[in-house]
Amino acid sequence: MHSEKDWSKLYKISSEKKDSHLFVYLTGDFGLKNLNLFTNDIRKLIDKKKFQQISIDFSGISFLDSAAALALIQLKNYAGAKNTLWSFVNLTEEAKGIFSVIHEQALIKRPFKPKTASDNFLIQLGDAFLHLVRDFINVVEFVGDLLFAIFYTITHPQSLRMKDILFYMKRAGVDGLPIVGLISALIGLIIAFMSFLQLKQVGANIYVPSLVSFAMVKELGPIMTAILVAGRSGSAFAAEIGTMVVNEEVDALKTMGFDPVRFLAVPKVLASMMVVPILTIYADFFGVLGGMIVGVTGLDLTVNTYLTQSIKTITVFDIVTSLIKAAVFAALIAGIGCQRGFQVRSGAQDVGKYTTSAVVSAIFLIVVADSIFAVTLYYIR
Amino acid sequence: MPLPENKPIIVVENLSARFGSNIVFEGVSFQVNKGEILVVVGESGCGKSTLLKIMIGLQKPFSGKVLFRGTDIISAGEDEINNYRQNIGVLFQSSALFSSMRLSENIALPLQEYTDLDSAMINMIIKMKLGMVNLAGYENHYPAELSGGMKKRAGIARAMALDPTVLFFDELSAGLDPVTAVELDDLIIKTNEALGTTMVIVTHELESICKIAHRVVMLDKTAKGIIAEGDPQELKEKSTDPRVRSFFLRQLPDADYRDGAYGK
Repeated sequence: MHSEKDWSKLYKISSEKKDSHLFVYLTGDFGLKNLNLFTNDIRKLIDKKKFQQISIDFSGISFLDSAAALALIQLKNYAGAKNTLWSFVNLTEEAKGIFSVIHEQALIKRPFKPKTASDNFLIQLGDAFLHLVRDFINVVEFVGDLLFAIFYTITHPQSLRMKDILFYMKRAGVDGLPIVGLISALIGLIIAFMSFLQLKQVGANIYVPSLVSFAMVKELGPIMTAILVAGRSGSAFAAEIGTMVVNEEVDALKTMGFDPVRFLAVPKVLASMMVVPILTIYADFFGVLGGMIVGVTGLDLTVNTYLTQSIKTITVFDIVTSLIKAAVFAALIAGIGCQRGFQVRSGAQDVGKYTTSAVVSAIFLIVVADSIFAVTLYYIR
Repeated sequence: MPLPENKPIIVVENLSARFGSNIVFEGVSFQVNKGEILVVVGESGCGKSTLLKIMIGLQKPFSGKVLFRGTDIISAGEDEINNYRQNIGVLFQSSALFSSMRLSENIALPLQEYTDLDSAMINMIIKMKLGMVNLAGYENHYPAELSGGMKKRAGIARAMALDPTVLFFDELSAGLDPVTAVELDDLIIKTNEALGTTMVIVTHELESICKIAHRVVMLDKTAKGIIAEGDPQELKEKSTDPRVRSFFLRQLPDADYRDGAYGK
C-alpha cells in the first residue's frame, strides 16, 4: 500500500539551466505524503537564482494526486509573484485531468460566512441571563404539560403503558441495586469510622450506630440514592428522548396524535417515583450494614446491640419523610431528564449537552429540594 | 461509458455474511478494476450495505477474503487496516459529517491526522476540495446549515481529503430530488474521469446506475449471492434472467420468482 512506502525515495527532481530559463524534470510519485519534501526541493531550485522562465516537465511522473497538483499551482503563484514566467510542459492525460478539477477561483474565494468573533463580556452576560430566563420558562411549561399528562393518566388509567412503567422500574431501580448497595455500604462505613474516631475520645462509642442510622435515613440515604439515580437514569432519559427528537420520532408521535409528554415522560416519571423510595430503603439498610462492619469489628459491639441502637434512633416519621423526599427527588430527576431531552434540536452534540445538563440540573434541584425539606420538616416536627 | 483497463485493485473472494443463523449472502466473488465505477445493486435486504461494510473493514464476514492490492483486509492486522483506510474514502448514506464542526474542520481532520502539512497548505487543500464539489466559499458553514445535496457533496469532499485510491458510496442519491441526484451523478463521473479514482457505489437508483456505472454487480436476496454482472445497459436490454429484467425494467417479478422457484 502507498502509505507503507518511503515517499522521499519515490521521486526525483533534476534541473537544467538554459540562459535564464530553468527546466525542472519531475520523475516518480508526487502526492500528499511527500508534498512538503518535493515542494521544498523545487522552491530551493527557484530561489537559487532569478530566472525569467521556469518550465516544469511532467513526462517522468508516474503518480500525481490533486494535493501535489495544488502544491505545484502554489509554486507557480509563488514564482509569479517574483515575475517569473511559469509553464507546465509534457502534461500526461492524468495530470491534465487532475488540473482540470482544480478551480483556481475556488482557492481565492472568500468564505460566504466569516468566522464569528466572540462577543464582549456584557453581551455574553446578557445572553446568559436570557438563556436562564428562557430555560426557566421552558421548565415551567414542561411542568405544566407533565402535570396535565399525569392528571390525564390518572383519570384514564387504561392509557398508561404498564409495559413501559415496568421497563423503567427495572432500568432505574433493579439495575441500580448493585451500585446503590455498594456506595451506601461504603458511606455507612465511612460515617461509622469517622464518628468512632471522635466519639471514642469521650467514651461515647455506643452512639456510633445512632449517628449512622440517623444520617443514612434522614439525609444520606435519600440524597445519595437520588444522585446515583440522576447519574444513571436522569442522563439516560435525556439521551433517549434527545435521540428520538433527532431521529424525528417525537415529531412522528405528534403527527400520530400522541402527546409526547404523556407517551414518553409520564411512564419514566411514575416508574421513578415508585422505584426510588424502595431503592432508598435499600440504601438505608446497606448504610446501616456498612456502619455495622465498623461497629462489630472496631467497637466490640454485638450485631444485636448495634441493630437495637440503630432502630431506637429512627422514628416512623423519619422513615415516612425519607420516602416522601425520595419520591420528590425521583420526580425531579425524571422530570428534568425528560425536559432536557425534549430541548434537543439537532445533532449528537445537542444530545451530549442536554444529557449533561439533565444530570447537573437534577443534582441542583435535589439539593434545593432537600434544603426546603430540612427547614419545613423542622417546623412540622 | 468506456470501461477502464481490466486491472483489479480490489478482489472479493468467496465472501459469505451471516447474522446469527441467517445467511445474508454466500460465495460472493467479483473484482473492482482500477479506475472503474462499479455499482452494487439489488433489492432491499439482499446484503448490499453488508457487503459495503465488509469491504470498508467495518464488519467481519462469516468467511472469504477482500484483497486490496493483494493484501487481505479481513485477516489484516491493525496497522494494515489503518493503511487501507488511508487509501479509501467513504460517503455514508447520511453523509455522516460531524455536526459540531465546520465543513473546513470536517475536511481538515484526516489531513491533520495523517499528514505533516502546515495549516496554510491544509486550508488550500480544503478550498480545492470544496471547489471540486462546487461548494467553494462554504468552509465556515456547519453541516446543519446545508441542504441534503450539499451535505452529500461536502461528504464527498471529506472522503476525498486524502486523495484516496478507492471511494465507496452508500446509497449515493437516496432521499435527494432528481435535479440534485443528477448533479451528484455528474460530479461522480467528472471526479472519476479527472482523478481516475476507483469507485464502488451501492444504490438502487436506476437512472443513476445506467448513467454512472461502468459495471454492475447484482445481488439477490433469494439466491443469496450474485445473479448478474456486467454492463448495466446490456443487462437491462439483453438479460434473460427475469429477476434482472424485473429490477431494470421496474416490473414486479413473475409468479415463479415470487414463489421462490429461482432460489431453489
